This record gives sequence, structure tokens and C-alpha cells, in this order.
Amino acid sequence: MKIHEYQAKEILRKFDVPIPRGQICSTADGAERVAYLLGSEKVVVKAQIHAGGRGKGGGVKIASSPREALQIANNILGMNLVTHQTGPKGKEVLKVLVEEGLPIKKEFYVGIVIDRSVNSPVVMLCSEGGVEIEEVAQRSPEKIQKVRITCTGKLLPYQARTLVYSSGLKGREARAMIDFLLKFYKVFAACDASLAEINPVVITEDERVIALDAKINLDDNALFRQEFHELRDISEEDPLEVESSMHNLNYIKLNGDVGCMVNGAGLAMATMDLVKLAGSMPANFLDVGGAASVERVSAAFRILMKDKDVKAVLVNIFGGIVRCDRVASGIVEAMKQVKVNVPVVTRLQGTNAAEARRILDQAEFPFIVAEGLAEAAEKAVQSIQQTAA
Amino acid sequence: MSIFVDEKTRVIVQGMTGQEGTFHTQQCLEYGTKIVCGVTPGKGGTTHLGLPVFDTVAEARVETDANASVIFVPPQFAADSIMEASDSGIQLIVCITEGIPTLDMVRVKDFVTRRKSHLIGPNCPGIISPGKCKLGIMPGFVHSEGCIGVISRSGTLTYEAVQQITDVGLGQSTCIGIGGDPIIGTTFVDCLKAFKNDDQTKGIVLIGEIGGTAEEEAALYIQGNFDKPVVSFIAGKTAPPGKRMGHAGAIIAGGKGTAAEKEAALRAAGILVCNSPAEIGEKMLEALQKA
Repeated sequence: MKIHEYQAKEILRKFDVPIPRGQICSTADGAERVAYLLGSEKVVVKAQIHAGGRGKGGGVKIASSPREALQIANNILGMNLVTHQTGPKGKEVLKVLVEEGLPIKKEFYVGIVIDRSVNSPVVMLCSEGGVEIEEVAQRSPEKIQKVRITCTGKLLPYQARTLVYSSGLKGREARAMIDFLLKFYKVFAACDASLAEINPVVITEDERVIALDAKINLDDNALFRQEFHELRDISEEDPLEVESSMHNLNYIKLNGDVGCMVNGAGLAMATMDLVKLAGSMPANFLDVGGAASVERVSAAFRILMKDKDVKAVLVNIFGGIVRCDRVASGIVEAMKQVKVNVPVVTRLQGTNAAEARRILDQAEFPFIVAEGLAEAAEKAVQSIQQTAA
Repeated sequence: MSIFVDEKTRVIVQGMTGQEGTFHTQQCLEYGTKIVCGVTPGKGGTTHLGLPVFDTVAEARVETDANASVIFVPPQFAADSIMEASDSGIQLIVCITEGIPTLDMVRVKDFVTRRKSHLIGPNCPGIISPGKCKLGIMPGFVHSEGCIGVISRSGTLTYEAVQQITDVGLGQSTCIGIGGDPIIGTTFVDCLKAFKNDDQTKGIVLIGEIGGTAEEEAALYIQGNFDKPVVSFIAGKTAPPGKRMGHAGAIIAGGKGTAAEKEAALRAAGILVCNSPAEIGEKMLEALQKA
């Protein structure tokens, strides 16, 4: 799960990780009042959306007076912020974070990720902050220091020292950064994060180390033991994805026109790939789960029919433990509950597949029945071409 | 021969008395797997499906001399169950459970590695050696005894490939679903090392997907060490970056883990990469005939 910068900073504050003074605002008047109360020479107004690249997209601005903060907040609130991560449609800004401006001496990058090749979290420190870390990794990888978390499950003090001293910091600055890293790792572990990044961490003129930005992604599998449910912002998610998550369906909206309904994530991805090979593009990823019950198949059809881009539906079910004839009856039943007005190609393979085909052939709804994997995708794409012609 | 399991494998089911556990234990028993008992804390001393149930794996192991365990325990408790099995000296642990927190798996991976247990999964269909032993949730009937080793990060897509391999008349030596999570026990490379020394296995089907670098690591290993033909398919060519495609591990992050990168690495290692998942069986047959 993704959360906003201001939410991540709230978590940091609870763990005593230094952040700038500031407050979240949803109105321009509010932004002006916060700027006035902060009383700093400059304030920063930051758009709160889940995507990165907000600065380049015009979503982060500096104001020299409360009056200017109001004007900036007026411009940013309600704007459609387009960044390299939002896609061309952009994202509407509903909230801004107003923070004190700080006298910056140095900028660093701190990141913690799960490194799958070593099966553990890895903590990274880079002496070049405030820029794209992928860019630095390409251009000058020697600037990125890394340590791997050991079986202790903690960032150990010597590891933090190793990172900080090899990045070139000395004296009070080094000590403050070591303290920062140790606390920051505690945040990562305590909230079951899957990724935590501060870019930049700044060292101020008065030698304080402060998290100027904050990005924390949470491990969905661990949400059951955390109290982060109120941090979910469904306005950041696709409405159909939100609806499917309520039915425990795994659905992701894509840009094509063939709606896909598949059991199993791997087969769902493979089915999407087949649609492309057949000359079109998938409208979605959708895993109805191994069992493919009537309730889930109905819910899935309802969601697919709400997507106006869907011009045909391709149902691909491999009946292993679950019998195909049951799935077929489920599909027939679902068609009585949901109004489906596009061609539906079904391919059911596995246990009792022949019986399933008979059920679908005899159904009132004119299913296009396919046997082969490639054949199913081709028939789905052809059905769109025929409807258009 | 087969790898990791055979007709002598003696199996404990952790979580046997639950709904999933009950259903799949029955399926495995019907297939002929030697399941010797179940473990459910608090239900020790009872019987279920005609098998004894114990409170702990340690006790179950002493009483039954089991050497493998399959786990159907809910995700909150599954990491603990894996470590319990490992600490009790179980050699092969198959964890079917989906949804284990990643940081739990970090600890588990370290734990089982130190104790030399062999963990398959989690979030996987399990392992089957057709005609000998089925430890997992895969449909037994699509498999047939033969000469192809199958390794995959997926479930139903694997059954699809297995069906094709059965249909072209080759059959399988052992099929392993290694699981769709970011941190897993047995890797592609672990399986390849075992298949290398298995006389029954003449060729390999490797089914990967987007996310991580497991396929690239497999390609590197194959390049220097492996002389049996390998056919591969990578799912997720049409998947967008930054979105988790069902499996927790199937995500293109920071521009890394794309299908294109993986296919390039596999091709560079001389592996036949299928464009379509519909041609896995045929391509395997062709590759064997050429070899």
C-alpha cells in the first residue's frame, strides 16, 4: 500500500526521526494560516499525491510570505498534476503540505528496500541527494553505500557507522546521520514497510539532519498486524480496482479493449500476453482465484462491464481441483445476473472440460467457445473486429 | 529417479484439520502420497481422515518418522510453522500459504538455511513427482510420469504447461512451483542443480514472470553448468510498471524486472524462449529431438 508524504512523516515523527515543522492543508486559506504560524522566512508548499516527480511537475513551490503561500496553494490545490509516474491523465491534488523552509548545507539519499537477490532488507546511503537515485546508480554507483541487514533483524550501530563514514561525513554531522539511520530502520521494521526512502535527507547550516521528503510503501501482506487502514486513500486508486478489492478480486485496469477473466495470477498475465500476440491489448488483469465460484465470476463480470473500454471478454479458466462444468454453470448463472452486451469467449480446460463446453453451447447467451489457449485469444480479438465491421 | 520427493517420502500436514488442509490432504492421499499424520496445536490425540493428529511437529516427527511437511496454516502463523518444522528436523518443507509478510520470510529464509531444511514456497502449488508423490494443491491427473522437469513461479499457468507436456507424450519427472513471493525458499537455481544430477530428467521447462532477478540468475547458472535442453516462458510482457500483478513478487519496480530483460538473459544463455504460452509443449519436444 502506498501512503502520502505527510502520512509517512507523521510515522517518522512518532519514531523521533527529525522532520521539518509543518501541517497538511486542504484549503488555500489554511495554507496561508500555517505559513503565518510557522513564522519561517520561507515556506514550502508541496502537493500530496502518491506519484513521484512532483517537483518537476510543478507541484512543489517555495513561498516567501504567507500571502504568497496562499496564492501558490490556490494554484496547486485542484490542479491536475502530471508527472512521469502519473501517466498522461495526471492526478488531481486535494491536499498540500506546508512546511518551514530550511537552510540546507548538504543533501543525501537514504533508502531501504527488500533486496530479493540476498533475501533481506538493504540500507543505502548516497552522498548525492535530491536527484533521481536510479540516475546516480547508473552514472556514479560508487557514491551509493549499501549494507545488508543480518539475522538480527536490525540495523546495527557499526553498520550505520560504516555507511556514514564511508560517505565522507565527519564529526557532529556524522553522529547525527548515524542516529538518523538507526531510527529510520526502526521505522521500516516496525511498520512492515516494503520500501522506505528519504530523498533528500538534508544537513542544515546548524548541523541538524532532517528528512525533507518521505516515501514509505507498506507490505500489503502485513497490514493485518498494523493499524494503517485509515491511511489508505482510495481517491488515489482506480474506482474499479477499489470495487474489486472489496470482492477480494485481484484486478488492475489497463488500456486495451479485451476484458480478461482468468484463474491464477501467472495464467492471467500469460493470457494478457496472448491477447497482445493476437493483435490487440488487454483491458485489465483479473485473477478470480483458483476456485472461480459463481459469486466471484458474477462480481468479475460486473466489474468488466463497468469498464467502457471493454469490447469483448475472454474467460480463461484452468480447472484443476475445481471442475470446469461447475465453473461453466457459474458463468451461465452469472450471465443471468449481469447484463453483458459484448461478445464473450470462453476457454475452460482441465477436469470435465467437455461437459463444460456442452453447458456453454446450450446456454441462452451466445458464448464463443474455444479449446486452445491461442485460439481463445484470437477469437476474442476477431469478435471485436467483427462487431466493428 | 525424481528430485526432492519420491515414493518413500513420509509426510506431515501442518494445518490438516482446517478446510483447505482437509480437502488437499484427501486429494494427496488419493494420489498415493504417504501422509502419516497431521499437526494442529490443541488437537493432539484426536484423529482426522483416519490419521493421528499431534500438537507439535517435534512430537509428530518422533512418533511417525516423517521427513517432509506440507503447510496449510493461515498467513499470520505460517512463518512460525515453517520454523517449527525446520527446527524439528524436517528435511523438506512445502508451504502453500499465500500472504506471509515479507519481513517474516526474511527471518524464515535465514532460519531454514542455517538448519539445512529444504523449503519450497511459500505461496506456491507445491511439488509433484508423477506416480510417486504429490505434495501440494496441483491437480494430479494432468501430470504423467516422464522425462521433463518443470519449475515455475506460478500455479495454474504451470498446470497449463504440464498438460501440454503430457499431451505431446513427454511427461514429467518432477514439477516444482517455487512460489510467487519476493522471498522464497527453493530457487530456480536450486532446482536446476538437483535436476542436473537426475537421470530421469532429460529436459527442463522453466516458467518465469516479471519482477526480481530469479530468471537472470537461472540463465547465468545454465550458461556455465547445464547441458540438458531448457525451454522457457516469461509471463507479464503486457504488465505495466509499478503494479503488483496478483503475486506479491510480480512487480516491475524502478524499471527492473521486465519480461524483456529476462527473455534477453535467457536467450543469451542458449535457452529457447517461447513467445506464446501455448507452444511450451511443442517447443520442448523440438528441443529434445534436436539435442
